[in-house]
Amino acid sequence: MTSLKGFFRGRTSIQPIWVFVLVIFIFFSFMSEYFLSFGNISNILVQTSTIGLIALGMTFVMINGNIDLSVGAILGLAASLAVGLQETSMTLAILAALGSGVLLGAINGLIVWKTGVNAFIVTLGAMLGIRGLIFLYTGEQSFYALNFAFSDFGTSTIGPFPVLAIIFLICTLIMHLVLTRTGHGRNTFAVGGNPEASIDAGIRLGRHMMINFIIVGFFAALAGVLLASQMGAATPNLGRDYELWVITAVVLGGTKLTGGYGSIVGTLGGVLAIGILRNGMNLMQVPAFYVLVILGAILISVLIIDKKLNAPSAKEVRI
Amino acid sequence: MSFLSAQGILIFFLLGMFVFSFFSEQFLSQSNIMTVVRQASIIGIIAVGVTVVIIGGNLDLSVGSMLSFSTVLVVDLHDKVGPTMAILMMFALTLMLGAVNGILIGFLRLNSLIVTLAMLSAIQGFVLIYSGGQNVDIANQGGTWFAFFGRGYLAGIAVPILLFGLLAILVQVVMSYTSYGRRIFAVGGNPMAAVYSGIRKNWCVFSTYLISAFCVACAALVLGSRVMGSQNNVGQGYELLVLAGIILGGTSLLGGAGSIWKTVIGVLILGFIQNGLLLMGYPYYIQWIVTWGIIILAVWLDLANKRKRLLTTHS
Repeated sequence: MTSLKGFFRGRTSIQPIWVFVLVIFIFFSFMSEYFLSFGNISNILVQTSTIGLIALGMTFVMINGNIDLSVGAILGLAASLAVGLQETSMTLAILAALGSGVLLGAINGLIVWKTGVNAFIVTLGAMLGIRGLIFLYTGEQSFYALNFAFSDFGTSTIGPFPVLAIIFLICTLIMHLVLTRTGHGRNTFAVGGNPEASIDAGIRLGRHMMINFIIVGFFAALAGVLLASQMGAATPNLGRDYELWVITAVVLGGTKLTGGYGSIVGTLGGVLAIGILRNGMNLMQVPAFYVLVILGAILISVLIIDKKLNAPSAKEVRI
Repeated sequence: MSFLSAQGILIFFLLGMFVFSFFSEQFLSQSNIMTVVRQASIIGIIAVGVTVVIIGGNLDLSVGSMLSFSTVLVVDLHDKVGPTMAILMMFALTLMLGAVNGILIGFLRLNSLIVTLAMLSAIQGFVLIYSGGQNVDIANQGGTWFAFFGRGYLAGIAVPILLFGLLAILVQVVMSYTSYGRRIFAVGGNPMAAVYSGIRKNWCVFSTYLISAFCVACAALVLGSRVMGSQNNVGQGYELLVLAGIILGGTSLLGGAGSIWKTVIGVLILGFIQNGLLLMGYPYYIQWIVTWGIIILAVWLDLANKRKRLLTTHS
């Protein structure tokens, strides 16, 4: 039982979400003959890269004990900027898009730092406000990419491997190393686990949190640019509800909302679980509505299993 | 100073009304005020319930999906089983969804943010399955008393406003003058202390989700009856507008504090911002940007006040 507990807490080498990924992977390869093809697997990776990139940054923010609800709106704004500014210069447009993500992340972080207000409230406000900025900028119009280099990039491949999947996997590797091998990563756990102790230990709490908001802002903007390139267009509503998918993926991956605990490997598992479920059920011609219900049910079951296995011992007071 | 911190949001509200009245002559007319309040009443009715959940120390993000669910249900059942049965069944099923939230969060003690997030997507899925992705309509739009809830008037006041006002007063009275209300405040403020003083915390949390679901059902009644039909995603995004209204009113998301009348003011501010900006000729999305600024300002001022009070009590 102890080992099972350790397993579900993710303290052993294999995390529970990866067992789930393996199970649905095997399930769908029996259910659909197309599922196991190379083309479909790389398809899954391309489809998940958008949510996956944002989830990397969100993992840092959530281990920090915060949350960012504005990522969907940042994605939408970055996509609109990348396509909307293409006539001035493609490089400038992409830089402006990525810069907007960094800037908005910095604003979120700065407000959380300077006011001490709950990140949930700050980023909820930002989510509404940034969506307003998108409508203001686009005038409620969709933009279409005229630059072929840009719209081809999203569907291009290096050898047989799609570029978007490669970018996502490289970013995953980098963020995993940052979280596990650097001082910033260690501080992220420390701040989320015990903010007061980490102030005493000399961590500059505000700055540290702000950097993580900048990281998630950057990844949201990067995801926006890549998504716009994949679609060859940007709509004002692009990225709507993405924050829900991203948070779902990160929680499925075992990161705790209360902070101090989580991993990039788990998040990758969470992202893949969602991607495989959507893709597999799509191949089985399950209507998209059912995916929503099943995803909600899985998320709640994961929480219940986690709670049961991590139940406090009898000595502790039950509240 | 203490007066300002307690009544700050009201002063802010009146000041805003004063400023807007300079930019547009219609703004302060009685008919315009009534229109704004009537439009705000759906968000307001839901916000009353969510405020109770927040005072109890939790969150409810599933209210938007639940509103879609209840509205589609009551409209669809109206033609099949008649208005009375449709309303009864809608209330029963909505309360059941609230009970699911309540069991998971109250008794299994799961994180409310994630549970209601999961419920948000699951319920939206249910709505789409139920409606087959189609929008629903009431066939006989003229000859039904169902229209009363959304379009009717009683003593010259629109029924949605009456419902909003009645619910707000009722819940405010329950929260401030009954032992039940005090228990909810205790559970949200300090769960451990509440348990030690013999409060059954699990039941308290459970009940707040029933209240929230009941309010959503009332809102669905108004919405379905006003439109006499429903899109299957009609409630999408409502949870965020509701939260924005509550935050604007000054209720902290930490639990254990807050009041219904603050929420009413917050929801009305949201309504008047939208209306005022529209009358001044700005497109609707400008209100989102303005709301962003005001939310940050409001919580910042609120926090600065609390810090000052904390310092004075400790020194």
